[in-house]
Amino acid sequence: MYNKKVLETFAHPKNVGEIENADGVGTVGNASCGDIMQVFLKIDGDKIVDAKFKTFGCAAAIASSETATEMIKGLTLDEALKIKNSDVVEELEGLPPQKIHCSVLAEEAIAEAIKDYRSKH
Amino acid sequence: MRVYLDNSATTRLDDEVLKEMIPYFSDVYGNASSLHAFGREALAAVDKSRETIASLLGANPNEIYFTSGGTESDNWALKGAAQAYGKYGKHIITTAIEHPAMMETCHKLEKDGFDVTYIGVNSDGLVDPEEIKKAVRDDTILVSVMFANNEMGAIQPIGEIGRFCRKEGILFHTDAVQAAGTIKINVKELNIDMLSLSAHKFHGPKGMGLLYLRNGVKIEKLIAGGHQERGNRAGTTNTPGIVGMAKALEIAVRDMEKNNEHMRKLRDYFIDRVEKEIPYCHLNGGREHRLVNNANFSFDYIEGESILMVLDLNGIAVSSGSACSSGSLEPSHVILATGASMEQAHSSIRFSLGKETTKEEIDYTIETLKAAVEKLRSWSPLFKQTEGESHYV
Ligand code: FES
Repeated sequence: MYNKKVLETFAHPKNVGEIENADGVGTVGNASCGDIMQVFLKIDGDKIVDAKFKTFGCAAAIASSETATEMIKGLTLDEALKIKNSDVVEELEGLPPQKIHCSVLAEEAIAEAIKDYRSKH
Repeated sequence: MRVYLDNSATTRLDDEVLKEMIPYFSDVYGNASSLHAFGREALAAVDKSRETIASLLGANPNEIYFTSGGTESDNWALKGAAQAYGKYGKHIITTAIEHPAMMETCHKLEKDGFDVTYIGVNSDGLVDPEEIKKAVRDDTILVSVMFANNEMGAIQPIGEIGRFCRKEGILFHTDAVQAAGTIKINVKELNIDMLSLSAHKFHGPKGMGLLYLRNGVKIEKLIAGGHQERGNRAGTTNTPGIVGMAKALEIAVRDMEKNNEHMRKLRDYFIDRVEKEIPYCHLNGGREHRLVNNANFSFDYIEGESILMVLDLNGIAVSSGSACSSGSLEPSHVILATGASMEQAHSSIRFSLGKETTKEEIDYTIETLKAAVEKLRSWSPLFKQTEGESHYV
């Protein structure tokens, strides 16, 4: 049910881990299945210079975390906020219908992390 | 290496069974209901298979009804009994750990005005017969308890429940789909009135099952049409499937002792090593009263589907009770019924061995599993290793 791209992304994520003294951290839970995603951002000025994640969830959730954190690196905060879960799904060349909500988790975690940063600055 | 540890989902068709079936696809292809010689040849094979199966189950041949599988048999037994006996009462007793084929059928009957009591299980996944006795009412028409559970392999006290139901004059059905390959079943000794079986769980063909219906028990039919199965189950007779199921059951019973011993040894070795070598894991279900080929573990701090997928990427096939892998996004109702937490159900993985599983495969699985669990824990926001101690954060 998962395509090659999703499996490949899930199998070898590069952004998994934590950023020490991150400028913004966002943790969100998935009401539908009880999963948790955490995003760490390193921010310089208005730019995201690094992004990492930790995820408790399915392969789609982990692949979405990886893809979303990869997509926002180098973007300004406003640009990053424009990345929607559908962009993540597109980048992954599609997710099974019952797994779309896992990509929403990634979008929300990033928004949370940015909110966290902005509340402190 | 490719390792198949999902034998509770389905098994490989036995080579001997395949050989037995092949002539009935293209040589003996007549319709077993036809009067001519082509039909008679097919019918002879069906009759012989029916006799074989009946004798292996301790039943009479005219008590065996061929169906398309376990799901149909469960549907038929419940709906058919409810329709036929509904005028005497509207109460049905079953358990909280039944297969979806049973659960969904019960929910349908509830919509139709029946009252269903779902008996819980203890932490080993076992039903207490006393609770069934206590749940019986004047209007109870049917008790249905699965023979062995498909997720954690808990073998239920069918003998005691059957004895009680017979004494009380209450119909007793059991879904024996998971049990048939590794447990010798005698429907007469166990006082079973109705029993569902599915051939592909014991190295027979898919799409083939049966319902044993004790003589004297009359239920409404589920599928209307021709007069097959003595007018009780319409649809063209699946001759190769029936021949295959008979052969598969014959082999299962013939080799049961040897295969069980082999699987039990490997399974115990697997459980012992996992418990010893992987921290923060729990065996779901008890070690006693457990199918010889079943091991079901939960691994704290990580989600089941992701474990399944990492194992899959390494060639190992297992299944998971995680919400993420369920389609319905609900974690396994079976694991939850044992009193396990949501997290535990969410991280459960079932390993079901087969008669062909080897020690090398188990060793490879353990090593792969260890690495997978460690990797996924390092990715999990719930897992923090502090001074050698881990905890939820
Ligand atoms: S995280 Fe639960 S289904 Fe994807």
